[in-house]
Parts: sequence; structure tokens; C-alpha cells
Amino acid sequence: MEQGFIALDGVSHRYGGQTAGPDNIVAVADLTLSVNRGEFAAVVGPSGCGKSTLMKLVTGLQFPYAGSVAVAGQKVTQPVKIAGMAFQAPTLLPWRTTLENLLLPLEIVQPHRSQLRRRKAEYVARAERLLASVGLDGFGDKFPWQLSGGMQQRTSLCRALIHEPQLLMLDEPFGALDAFTREELWCVIRDLHATRKITIVLVTHDLREAVFLADRVFVMSARPGRILAERKIELPRPRDLDVTFAPEFQAIVHDLRAHIVSARQ
Amino acid sequence: MTRTPLIVRLAPWLFTLGFLLIWEFAVRGFKIPEFFLPAPTIVAKAFYDFWPAIVRNSWITLQETLVGFGLAVGFGLLLGLAIGWSRTIYAGLYPLMVGFNAIPKVALVPILVLWFGIGFLPAVLTAFLISFFPIVVNVATGLATIEPEMEDVLKALGASKLDIMRKVGIPRSLPYFFGSLKIAITLAFVGTVISESIASNNGIGNLMLQAQAQFQVPLIFAGLVALAIEGIAMYGLMAMLEKRMTGWAQRSGFAQN
Ligand SMILES: Nc1ncnc2c1ncn2[C@@H]1O[C@H](COP(=O)(O)OP(=O)(O)OP(=O)(O)O)[C@@H](O)[C@H]1O
Ligand SMILES: [Mg+2]
Repeated sequence: MEQGFIALDGVSHRYGGQTAGPDNIVAVADLTLSVNRGEFAAVVGPSGCGKSTLMKLVTGLQFPYAGSVAVAGQKVTQPVKIAGMAFQAPTLLPWRTTLENLLLPLEIVQPHRSQLRRRKAEYVARAERLLASVGLDGFGDKFPWQLSGGMQQRTSLCRALIHEPQLLMLDEPFGALDAFTREELWCVIRDLHATRKITIVLVTHDLREAVFLADRVFVMSARPGRILAERKIELPRPRDLDVTFAPEFQAIVHDLRAHIVSARQ
Repeated sequence: MTRTPLIVRLAPWLFTLGFLLIWEFAVRGFKIPEFFLPAPTIVAKAFYDFWPAIVRNSWITLQETLVGFGLAVGFGLLLGLAIGWSRTIYAGLYPLMVGFNAIPKVALVPILVLWFGIGFLPAVLTAFLISFFPIVVNVATGLATIEPEMEDVLKALGASKLDIMRKVGIPRSLPYFFGSLKIAITLAFVGTVISESIASNNGIGNLMLQAQAQFQVPLIFAGLVALAIEGIAMYGLMAMLEKRMTGWAQRSGFAQN
């Protein structure tokens, strides 16, 4: 496994300008973290501690005033383009069908962008395969508002994957879903990670979710966020949902909870 | 889709009829003199008697309104896109626009007359000036309220500002734009009639002014009815256009939030 596919070193970021001021909030301070290629990393921490900021720093949507961010061996100075993102809200375009929503990244990212016309049929087939892999076959011509919340979230996941990114950034993607749908999607993500060997960073509030999915869990401190603790999850893969009831699973969750409680103080 | 019950579909007609009946009986019952408030039947008669004049002037009013409205759509779209595109343009134009919008447009008519004489042109320009503001504001609002997450998703893929505008901003602001057309066309009529009744020899506004001078009160009301008919027709057209162009927004409840 390639070390340091994502490498943040002493990163500090402030919103609202580079210099300190009364309105400027230091979101993360002296944040150091490294994720290997192909690894599944989860980030947990109190609300407002800078988890979403971390995602934006990695993808090149924000730039730190101190420290360095590198992805795939390159310093991040612009949007990274090798990442797919999904958020708590599915953010689908209501005037596009599910299939057209999926094709959106291909209309932006090179080389697909200039090949879109020529390879349309191939891309549509790829989108349909992706939809089928998350249990949405046949829903391509539906509009997002004709889908349930969980189905929209799956579509959003597919959109993040359509251009076959090396890196998948998930910011509380299951936060708005009910417990059953959420667990169903855990398995979808687990299988995606297993088959595609992509690097995944998942931000979540749900410790069970983090432990079930991740190879490593990072615990962040309250704002300004930095990494308080890092925990390797050694549970064997492939993991089944039953593992969440096993005592060793519970033990890890308890252990992490203790970290979060201390982080909140 | 559930079918609308018959009574709901008939309601607009029934209510209008009821309104006219109450009006008719009130005027007759209270013996209100014709030069104060003519009954609907009297207005209808005036409408019939002056039919050629009403048609000719309505046509002029409609032309002036539509030309002014067309200018407002073109100009409003451009300005709205510019404001939504750049924060500098927004910051720079905002006070100007608010100040301009605060001016009662009727106060501009004398200046327009000074520049362009009386007749067609000042009416067109008044219609334009009064109706472009809601279009600008609505288009700019549509662009300004793109979800930051949507922007992030696209930016992380390397999308340029123009990409985001084309893929998200413009389609997104269309419901706002078409929604604003209903308001704009109504305002355009207001502008035309104001200008006609101050500075024109033609149009319904002028017709009503002359009828007033000659104390032909039923004809004044007939002019009002002609304006109402034109206004309703144009509003209906815009509403239909809105539904056609942005059906997705209405079905998804997007325009409501
Ligand atoms: N665009 C922004 N402008 C200014 N301040 C911001 C912005 N985005 C976030 N912040 C601030 O930075 C801090 C960290 O925000 P961030 O969104 O990264 O937290 P988070 O850990 O993702 O929180 P949550 O778990 O609630 O999503 C917060 O205090 C927030 O107020
Ligand atoms: Mg967040």
C-alpha cells in the first residue's frame, strides 16, 4: 500500500481571510494526517470541529495558511480533479433525470468531456451498470424528486464514482437516512471499496458506521480541529453487518466514544 | 394526477359572474348615478358602441407594452446574469438599482417626453423601465442561491465558473426568470397606461383620459375592462410559458422554497 496518498502536515486553515481578525474563525490548526492509497479512512469528531474543512482542504476547494496538503504525491494548489464527492444532501439537479445527473461529472472532467459525444453510448452503459450496482437498475429515466431519500443518496454516490476517481470523499453521506437504509448503504460502500480499490475518506457522526467501514478511524478535537487519536480497525474483511454486534466491535466503539467525550470538553 | 372537481373548475366563472351580479344589483338598488358608477350592463353597452375605438387603442397599448416588455426581458436577463456572475458587479450596481427602483416611474415620463416627444416611444420606455427590475432581481436570485455543496462537487472536478453557470446556474434560475415574467408583464401595462394618459394621443390610457374629459363615464369603465382583458390574456400566456418551460420546478416543489 502506497504510504501517504493523502498527506496533511501541520495544516492550519482560517475562514474569512489569511490574517487573524474578529470575524475569522480558525477551523483547523496544526492538523497532521496521512491516508494510504486504497485505504478506507473515517474521520469523527464533535460538530463544528473542522471535518468538512478537512475535506475541502484535501480536494483543493480551500487552501491552508500554514502547513502543506498533498494528494497522490502532488501539493494541492487547485481542485484535485481525481476525487469524487458526496454530501449529506444528495444535491442532484432536479431538471435532470437520474441518468443525466450521473453523467454530469463526465461533462466536466477531461478526457471524458471532449469525448462525451463520441462515447455517449459507452458512458450511458457505464452509468447504468453503476446504478444497477447500488440496486437502482431501471431508475435512470426517473427524476430525482421521484426517488426516495435513500435512492437519491445512492444516485449521489454513483455520481461521485462515474468518472472512476481514485479518491472518494464522503461527508456524512448517510446522515439524513433512517437506520435501515443507512446500514444497507454501508454495505454498498463496503462493496465498492472492495471491488474498486479506491481510497475513501468518510466523515461521520456515527461511530458504528466508522468502525464498520474503515481501516483506520481518526478522532478530531473540538475547534480548532486537529487529530486527537488514530485507531486502526483490525476486524477482518469482508465484514458482515453481524460484526456490529460482536463484543470486539463494541469495545472499539466504546473506546472511540471515550475519545469524543474528552474532545468535547 | 387527480382530476380537479367540476365545482373548482367552474369557480372562477361563478365568482366573476357573482361579482358582476352584485355590482349590477347594487348600482340599481342604491340608484347610484351612471356618471358615478355605471352598472356592468351599461359598461357592456359602451364597450359595444365604442368597439372600433377600443379595438384600435387596445392594439396600440398592447404593442407598446409588448415592445417595452421585450426590452425588459432582454436587458433584465443580461443584467441579472452579470450580477449573478460577479460580486463586484453586484456590489457596484446594487445601490444604483435600488435607487433607480425607488423612483416613481411616472416622474420619468416628462423627461422621456422631453427627449422623445409624445406617443409610442415614451410609452414603450416607461413600460420597459417599470418592468425590468423584477426580472433582474429574480435571475440574480436564482444564480445566487446555488447550493454551496453543488458548487463544491463541480469545482472539485475542475469545473470553471462558466461550467457551473451553464450546468447549474442558468437552468436553476429559469423558474425564477419565468416566474418574474408574470409580474413584469403586469407592470409593463401599468407603465404604458401611465405614459399614454400623460403623453399620448393614442392607446387605452389616452382613450380613458378623453372619455373623462367628456364625462363619458361608461367609456372609462369600458377602457378599464379592455385593459383587464389584455392583462389577463398576457398574464395567462406568461403563466403557460412558465409551466411549459419549467415543469420540473413545479412538480418538485423547487420554486416554492
Ligand atoms: N464557508 C465558511 N465561512 C466561514 N466559516 C466557516 C465556513 N465553513 C465552516 N466555517 C467554520 O469553520 C468551522 C469548522 O466548520 P466545518 O464545516 O469544517 O465543521 P464540521 O466538523 O464539518 O461540522 P459538522 O460536523 O457540524 O458538519 C466552524 O466553526 C464553522 O463555523
Ligand atoms: Mg460538516
